Amino acid sequence: MAAARCRFGTAIFVAGVAATLGGCSGVLDPQGPIASAEKTILFNSLGIMLAIVVPTILATLGVAWWFRASNLRAKYLPDWEYSGRIEMVVWSIPAMTVLLLGGIAWVGSHDLDPPKPITSTTNPVEVEVVSLDWKWLFIYPDLGIASVNRLIVPAGTPISFTLTSDGVMNSFFVPQLGSQIYTMAGMTTHLQLQADQPGSYPGLSAQFSGDGFSDMRFTVDAVAPDKFAEWVNATRGKGAALDPTSFAELAKPSEAVAVATYGAVSQDLFQAIVHPNVPPAEPGHLSQPAMHKEN
Amino acid sequence: MLGKLSWDALPFHEPIDMIVSGLMILGVIAILAWLTVKGHWPYLWREWLTSVDHKRIGVMYCVLALVMLLRGFADALMMRSQQALAAGGAQGYLPPEHYDQIFSAHGTIMIFFMAMPFMIGLMNFALPLQLGVRDVAFPTLNSVSLWLTASGVLLTNVSLVVGEFARTGWLAYPPLSELKYSPGVGVDYYLWSLQISGVGTLLSGINLVTTILKMRAPGMSYMRMPVFCWTALASNLLIVAAFPILTATFAMLLLDRYLGFHFFTTDGGGNPMMYINLIWAWGHPEVYILILPAFGVFSEVISTFSGKPLFGYRSMVAATLAICVLSFVVWLHHFFTMGAGADVNGFFGVMTMIIAVPTGVKVYNWLFTMYGGRLRFTAPVYWSLGFMVTFVLGGMTGVLLAVPPADFVLHNSLFLIAHFHNVIIGGLLFGAMAGYTYWFPKAFGFTLHEGWGKASFWCWFVGFYLAFMPLYWLGLMGMTRRMQHYDNMAWQPFLLVAAAGALVILCGILCTIIQLVVSIRDRAGHRDRTGDPWDGRTLEWSIPSPPPSWNFALMPQVEGEDAYWYMKRRAREEPAGPGRTPDYEPIEMPLNSSTGFVTAFFAVVTGFALIWHIWWMVGLGLVGAFVTMLVFAWRDHDEMEIPVEEITRMDRAHRAETTR
Amino acid sequence: MTAATLSHGGHGVPTGSSTDGPAPKRIVVAYGFWIFLLSDIIMFSAIFATYAVLANATNGGPTGRELFDYTNVAIETGCLLASSFTCGLMSLAVHEESRLGTYLGAAATFVLGAIFLALELHEFAGMIAMGATPQRSAFLSAFFTLVGCHGAHVAIGLLWLVVMMAQVWAKGFRQTILRRIACFSLFWHALDIIWVALFTIVYLMGGR
Repeated sequence: MAAARCRFGTAIFVAGVAATLGGCSGVLDPQGPIASAEKTILFNSLGIMLAIVVPTILATLGVAWWFRASNLRAKYLPDWEYSGRIEMVVWSIPAMTVLLLGGIAWVGSHDLDPPKPITSTTNPVEVEVVSLDWKWLFIYPDLGIASVNRLIVPAGTPISFTLTSDGVMNSFFVPQLGSQIYTMAGMTTHLQLQADQPGSYPGLSAQFSGDGFSDMRFTVDAVAPDKFAEWVNATRGKGAALDPTSFAELAKPSEAVAVATYGAVSQDLFQAIVHPNVPPAEPGHLSQPAMHKEN
Repeated sequence: MLGKLSWDALPFHEPIDMIVSGLMILGVIAILAWLTVKGHWPYLWREWLTSVDHKRIGVMYCVLALVMLLRGFADALMMRSQQALAAGGAQGYLPPEHYDQIFSAHGTIMIFFMAMPFMIGLMNFALPLQLGVRDVAFPTLNSVSLWLTASGVLLTNVSLVVGEFARTGWLAYPPLSELKYSPGVGVDYYLWSLQISGVGTLLSGINLVTTILKMRAPGMSYMRMPVFCWTALASNLLIVAAFPILTATFAMLLLDRYLGFHFFTTDGGGNPMMYINLIWAWGHPEVYILILPAFGVFSEVISTFSGKPLFGYRSMVAATLAICVLSFVVWLHHFFTMGAGADVNGFFGVMTMIIAVPTGVKVYNWLFTMYGGRLRFTAPVYWSLGFMVTFVLGGMTGVLLAVPPADFVLHNSLFLIAHFHNVIIGGLLFGAMAGYTYWFPKAFGFTLHEGWGKASFWCWFVGFYLAFMPLYWLGLMGMTRRMQHYDNMAWQPFLLVAAAGALVILCGILCTIIQLVVSIRDRAGHRDRTGDPWDGRTLEWSIPSPPPSWNFALMPQVEGEDAYWYMKRRAREEPAGPGRTPDYEPIEMPLNSSTGFVTAFFAVVTGFALIWHIWWMVGLGLVGAFVTMLVFAWRDHDEMEIPVEEITRMDRAHRAETTR
Repeated sequence: MTAATLSHGGHGVPTGSSTDGPAPKRIVVAYGFWIFLLSDIIMFSAIFATYAVLANATNGGPTGRELFDYTNVAIETGCLLASSFTCGLMSLAVHEESRLGTYLGAAATFVLGAIFLALELHEFAGMIAMGATPQRSAFLSAFFTLVGCHGAHVAIGLLWLVVMMAQVWAKGFRQTILRRIACFSLFWHALDIIWVALFTIVYLMGGR
């Protein structure tokens, strides 16, 4: 595993940097189309800004040093306080940079809008995510199974997430696959991700949610599609069923929860989690509108 | 009788807590005992605690900020050491319930009780002097503001000993901060401390806005004000416009917690997202409230020590006001990951970048201020140059975070932590230290030791890069914030370096303390006799150091920007003939008043009682505060007259020194 | 050395223009109080915004339409507007330094304000008796907070008015007291303005 390559014990920092640059981590090691695109945007923006920032820093230090009081070769202009031409340049440099970056931000935020479907020949796998105190529940509504703290997905297939929380707000984040999104009680958010290659990718909550937060980690295991089908078949019908009762049991606060699966999931459980105690009448008034507009 | 308060609230079962609280209590007792034994109480009470002099209030704000810097930094050291240790299966030495309090307290204290008081202190001290007036618009209110801030500080620190502090992060997002998920008193301590100090901040903002707009020396038109006054104006306008939002938001969360309302709950139709929107509608202007005065300090320092007027003054003013306005339309960039949709995210991303334009302009204007100057490399200049280098990097990573797709992978990561420490330390703290060193001789009559000041700068500068560059990298490696432990061993080397960086910063803080001690010890050698140790340009340098309580013996007549610089130049060009004695007049100055201190006492009583649900004490505190106000309103004499002889004597002595 | 450029302005030279030195106390106080009122209005705006977001979050409980009693609200509005008028009369009397006129104006203002407050409390009590408590739904939380916050301001205003009258009685029309009464009347008129917004958004728009 990638992390193993970067194990140092009491490593020397220099060696650490070298090994890390080798690429064993997070955002720098994208494993899907979303993460790759985001990394590209990140580094493009960084490059554009460094082109301005580095000369500015050097100029600052250079000017400060040259015009030191002891340097009598430097000219002294005690009354020089304005130059229209310089003002013009001074406003336009950041303005131009921002114009360029603003374009990147605007286009990027549309191209990489979390709910936007990923173009693919294969149909996406639907996953419903519920953040609980302090573990993650993944429900596969079309497959009738569920798992805790481990998400198995077929590689090369878009995964369409619908997310909510049973209580406290969390943020669902798999750094190597890209975009994170909040999970919030009483409403749903949407996210599309894809893992290109089989592999094991760490996931976590990126929004502090209480005492058990640090252990609120999960693994995304991307496997070949046939392996995925095998896993589904092996899981379905086995072990406990996820129904309101077992969900209530699961939802009780617990820390560092072991991986588990459910061989069956009761119908509409996710909706019941999003809208607990929805009275039958007056639907318009009662539920929180889902965060994301339909597209 | 005592509400929720019982012996269990004291940390008898927590050894670390017990030791820390014990030391803190002993420290406080030692200081109080020393004051009593030495008989300093009457002096302290008469000259400081009840003072309504803006200079003394400014100094007290800064002292408060420096003390809270120590407290907040102790929290930082604990966080850095915990994260350096708790890798793999290790749990470190702080269990989650402690660690969570520590990072919540660190953020709360550093923003509300270090950064805010420091900036407000500098503004309080310098503004009236720069504007050429004798006091702020409402001197007694100023004292009330100070002591209300101190009340918040006190309550927050009491939580260390009695009960607990919030375990929710420094902005206490619901639903986590709702009673259902945080049933303890921690969030109540947080909310009431900040409500009380928030009132103080708001009153201070009103006071300073009024001062700048209505109290300026004759001839001091808006476009002649020093840039620090402009940034202070913008900052205080933001306080007036943003703090009421904070008050309302906290009030709603309090209603949820105390009376079972449903503003931000997950049931009853409540909407936690609204809290997040409201808190950032305050929170984003807040960062500009903090950074703008620092920009002002740098403008003053760079211009003074370059021996040149500020380059592009009008540009600077325009940039300041642009930032002031734009800061209200960028708040959503704090939660791009909420799923608001591409148009909304795109809009706020672009707006956030636009705010970088005026900020960039400022950097270039400082650069051109140095161009053609005679830059003296004093400690304030070190801080300023360190700021320009560091802040540009912090601004860059800020713009990076404003690109929504980049934020989707960096949000809440250590990259974000590194970014805002980059701008807060590199911007605000360097600014505060520059201002502290710059104005210290004005406040106390002697300059600070240069060597120790520079040593402090280098420690902070190097320590900052050591402590936070690894965090940028860790963010890119996918490490999120607020983790009490983690399993990825690859993160640990970076966290060890960061911890080492924190220790270097600690050396910087120690250097500042040593600098203060050494400077006080050697003050005779660093005496500022003329009142103008830096060859200053603005009016505060035209009066003695420390200034008399009335600041200006005669109202200065302002005839241009950099008023004092031109006065000095003109005096050189056309020396005044001998024998021209000005006509002094007696000056009316406000009397000292214990109103602020007493009000704050009752505010602490009320706040403490509310936190612990001791209702009779709440009533007592409120009645006490009301009676205090009545007593204040009923007093017959609120001013004293400074006799002409005293003014003449002081001013003549000063003139003798400056012409020597 | 600075003598050449120092004038003999002295202190408190009353001038209007901002470049002529510090403004007189009267102006400074009123100006500062205005800024305070602005901040207060911003605080109300935050609560208004919250109310607007939560107006439909009735959680299956009663809606505004089912709860609001327009006769009651109309009388409340009338009282508050009239009290602003009597407050204006009081200000005129203060200007004339007429004690009797001041007391009469203040008494009328106080009575009208108290009626307003009593009617509001009556409305609240009726709603709570029906089970429409602030704990029932987010809408009701927001309603009680918004209207209650205005009510609390009115109550504080009444207390302030009593204190001011006691001061006039004890100390007469001295400068500090005149300034404070001017601030009070600014405050009282601002409450009127907030009420108009509140009346429109909560009662008129919420009752449809």
